[in-house]
Amino acid sequence: MAQIRLDHVSVAFPIYDASSRSLKKRMLGAATGGRIQSESGPSVVQALDDVTLHFQHGDRVGLVGHNGAGKTTLLRVLAGIYEPGNGTVQVDGHIAPLFDIALGMDPESTGYENIVLRGLYLGLSHDEIRERMSEIAEFTELGGFLDLPIRTYSAGMRMRLAFAVSTSIHPDILLLDEGIGAGDAAFLEKANRRLQEFTNRAAIIVLASHSEQLVTQMCPTSVLMEHGRVIRVGDTEDILARYRRRVARGLV
Amino acid sequence: MDTAPTSRSWLLDQFRAAANRKQFLLALRDLGDGARRWQLWGYMGLHEIRQRYRRSVIGPLWITLSMGITVSALGVLYGAILKVEVAGYLPFLTAGFVIWGLLANLITDGTRVFTAVEGFIRQMPAPLSVHVYRLVWSNLIIFGHNLLVFVAIALWFGLNPGWSALMAVPGLLLLIANGLWLTLLLGLLSARFRDVPLITGSVVQVLFFITPVIWQPEMLPGRPLLLVGNPFYQLLEVVRGPLLGHVPPLETWLVVAVFTVVGWALALLFFTAYRWRLSYWV
Repeated sequence: MAQIRLDHVSVAFPIYDASSRSLKKRMLGAATGGRIQSESGPSVVQALDDVTLHFQHGDRVGLVGHNGAGKTTLLRVLAGIYEPGNGTVQVDGHIAPLFDIALGMDPESTGYENIVLRGLYLGLSHDEIRERMSEIAEFTELGGFLDLPIRTYSAGMRMRLAFAVSTSIHPDILLLDEGIGAGDAAFLEKANRRLQEFTNRAAIIVLASHSEQLVTQMCPTSVLMEHGRVIRVGDTEDILARYRRRVARGLV
Repeated sequence: MDTAPTSRSWLLDQFRAAANRKQFLLALRDLGDGARRWQLWGYMGLHEIRQRYRRSVIGPLWITLSMGITVSALGVLYGAILKVEVAGYLPFLTAGFVIWGLLANLITDGTRVFTAVEGFIRQMPAPLSVHVYRLVWSNLIIFGHNLLVFVAIALWFGLNPGWSALMAVPGLLLLIANGLWLTLLLGLLSARFRDVPLITGSVVQVLFFITPVIWQPEMLPGRPLLLVGNPFYQLLEVVRGPLLGHVPPLETWLVVAVFTVVGWALALLFFTAYRWRLSYWV
């Protein structure tokens, strides 16, 4: 049974500018009794503040909120990339993250090589990748392009590739961030069908997006986030209406 | 988003907060899980080399060729400067250069081991140690190509190290063990302090000159401490000695063993305290 449980999770980012990253500063700080340090120590951005959420089998959840509300950070916490400073994260199930598609791919390598690389990263073995290669290649509809370095690809083409590999591992939990919009209509339709298959197998999908249409279409439930806090969890319709009101009133 | 300045001992607080048993076990698990992902780092390492020499006619043999040219030129020149016989000097220089190349690359590349792959780290969850193994592995591939030069020169000059050459295997394993902790520690520190790669670069350069790679240890009379106390010389010697046909003395192995244990303890300490911060730093 796939499930996600977050308990009072907080994530704070230290912000190092070029000078506080340097050793000189640190040593000067030590030599002057730390005055310099205390005046310009790293600032901390509270990206998630006391977040408690519980998702279970079959949940399709949209994350709604302004830029910087903590949606991406939350997804990265769910993926296990960021370990929170406070609180506990419990995730049962195999996760496939699908975040910023520009990252995590080697632009100089061919499509096929990137499929292997990504597959291995997601925990597949060479044998398993070989088994799925034709299926993945077919799903991407990239044909001869798979032999070219992916620096020649458009954003949409990269998206197809990443999506095809990430979903081919049959994950229990799929984490999607923004970029999913970067496909043409026909591909989105196809991707949606594929996502539908997951839901039928009672997986969890968490989607962060600014596209109200996409969230409404895919997620019956949504989480409204603001300044790293969860404002409300509820019906997507209700949450989106609330979000629009807050935006209109200038609260975010 | 709220921003707030924090106290000057912030990093120390972090250290104290995270240097506990639970984080230690997580750090060990990261290293273990990372090792088990050999298909991933094996592919990444190999692919990196293949990528670098893609579309060149002789491919990775360029590594071999350029090492061959370097040691031939240096061998003849320094053989004349130092007034030593080329037949004895060139194999010594080649072995030294090849092994030093491995060690120095591990150290300098090690500083970028995490920062160079920040995209991967922030995109997909995987044990962080995967990148350490990848780096050591790709440098071993390069080392393999360079070793061919030594083999060729040894054959040319009829150098027969005999059975003692087998001792180069445990020597190399020790070198790898040290390469792993050096990469882990320097990679971690460099992600946080961006001066570390720059400092490391110049330190490695100095080490090259004070370590007998080009000059022979016998040429430095009356300064044994500079040799015995230089762990990088000892690391070099546990592989070079056997390749040239003489097993290094016990003292050498002891220094290397101590260096390995102390280094790993230090790297583990830092990895325990800062492993979970790394994805925030890169």
